[in-house]
Amino acid sequence: MGLTNERIKERLIEKFGESVTGFSEPFGMLTFEVPKEMNLKLLQFLHDDNELKFRFLTDLQAVHYPNDKGRELAVVYHLHNFADNVRIRCKIFTDIENPDVFTATRLYECANWMERETYDFFGVNFVGHPNLKRILNVDEMDYFPMRKEYPMEDQTRIDKDDEMFGRGGTF
Amino acid sequence: MTEEILQQHTKNHIQLPEGSIGKTTTTLNLGPTHPATHGVFQNILEVDGERIVSSEATVGYIHRAFEKIAERRPLYQITPLTDRLNYCSAPINNMGWHMTCEKLLHVETPKRVDYLRVIIMELARTADHIICNSVIGVDSGALSVFLYVMQYRELIYEIYEEICGSRLTTNIGRIGGFERNFNATAWEKLEKFLNEFPGALREFENLLQRNRIFMDRTIGAGPISGERALNYGFTGPNLRAAGVDYDVRVQNPYCSYQDFDFNIPVGTTGDVYDRWLVRNQEMWESLKIIRQAYEKIQEFKGQEAEVYHANVPEYYLPPKQDVYTKMEALIWHFKIIMGETNIPSGEVWHSVEGANGELGFYLISDGGRAPYRLHFRRPCFVYYQAFEELIKGSMLADAVIVLSSLNLIAGEMDA
Repeated sequence: MGLTNERIKERLIEKFGESVTGFSEPFGMLTFEVPKEMNLKLLQFLHDDNELKFRFLTDLQAVHYPNDKGRELAVVYHLHNFADNVRIRCKIFTDIENPDVFTATRLYECANWMERETYDFFGVNFVGHPNLKRILNVDEMDYFPMRKEYPMEDQTRIDKDDEMFGRGGTF
Repeated sequence: MTEEILQQHTKNHIQLPEGSIGKTTTTLNLGPTHPATHGVFQNILEVDGERIVSSEATVGYIHRAFEKIAERRPLYQITPLTDRLNYCSAPINNMGWHMTCEKLLHVETPKRVDYLRVIIMELARTADHIICNSVIGVDSGALSVFLYVMQYRELIYEIYEEICGSRLTTNIGRIGGFERNFNATAWEKLEKFLNEFPGALREFENLLQRNRIFMDRTIGAGPISGERALNYGFTGPNLRAAGVDYDVRVQNPYCSYQDFDFNIPVGTTGDVYDRWLVRNQEMWESLKIIRQAYEKIQEFKGQEAEVYHANVPEYYLPPKQDVYTKMEALIWHFKIIMGETNIPSGEVWHSVEGANGELGFYLISDGGRAPYRLHFRRPCFVYYQAFEELIKGSMLADAVIVLSSLNLIAGEMDA
């Protein structure tokens, strides 16, 4: 168990200096943030570095923070180093008007569908993705449903005639 | 002349895609509801004779927006959603979710609860592997093995029934432990399972493991190297079959898995046969774990032997008779049912070793009554991407067994 969170932090600061910010350790997992232009550089460094060896992309998804102007969408990468058994979480923030983020598909094959899912639900535009189209929703959909401006349907609405689902137009 | 007629015909009646007439390969739809696809998903195959030239997978037919629904629900109401991810081993999903919540709420579960959970999770893993492995048999033409082991899955479901009342989508356990202690019938059935299942599993194994036909069909079908498997995000038995000994139960022990002595079987080639072998061996290991857990539980004496939940009044429902007679219990009951408890804010990642891979929960709470964001890392959604590469150049019949050997569950993939 050589690799500690402190050591990872040191290595990152050594390499990227001031660009890596927002270090925290919620429930023991090192979490930090980089500017969105740097995501590939960071992932490549984490992947190739002989000490860090974060070569497994466990998960990739987005979070929508509508009140954080200019940083509405967060793309979160969960990476895992199998050799030392350390997990880290890195985040990049992007504005919602121009949600272009570089794709990680060249580095991780599994990022392909994860990014398609993230695009499908949040509209993050992964630049350079080989096949960026909707994956779980229908192709005709013209909005990104996991964004916070689309709340769950109000269960008390009566304008819908939907008798098959117990919501007749007659009550 | 024929060409002309054909062109005329095409022009007037059917709109075919560009180049369809001259092409030498056939487009074939495998799915969406073909029995060999094990769920509702589609593969558009381009075949040359019986060889697959290329393929494209379409998923999402049963997408039910669990992540969105979860943003409006109190924690305990999310458990039934997790049932419907990998419905062949729903208890593992339930337990994984409870443990995620417990991590966020800093709840320490008693050892006995952990061991009870381990029993349930390993039973679920066995049930899942029974289905997957016997279906590989079915898809390669051996139906009898499937029917033969199915009665033990039934027995496992009966054990669930004794504990939580339901069979498939179990909603088993609560945040902090179980809703009730295991009753005598549950233990009786567990003993029956421990006594009888090894014999059946041995016979199951004898029918397939060194069966020449089965070996010829599966060895070399859909292989993947360890390196590619890692790059594709494989986890669980599929990754271990490719020779990487990664198991969440060992790497990041949860639920007191560190107290148990078991092996992690690994394969070498990552083909269908190795995946089958790994799952088969895992069932033996699961049996070992269940036996150990059963013994450990019997060591608890007196008051300790009655413990089946932690003390978390904010999230664990009080006994019903107390609700009618005690003020405090009534208040907790109301608050829990109405979801009026604010969840502490935080950001949690928790993953468990699901039956088909690493099932992760990423939960962000902003201090409200429902999660701010919940993401499920569904193992088969991640590794199904490799299917195109696995079947490229193979025969159509191989594609079917490769598909069944990956243990894909449509409910989990589409969430």
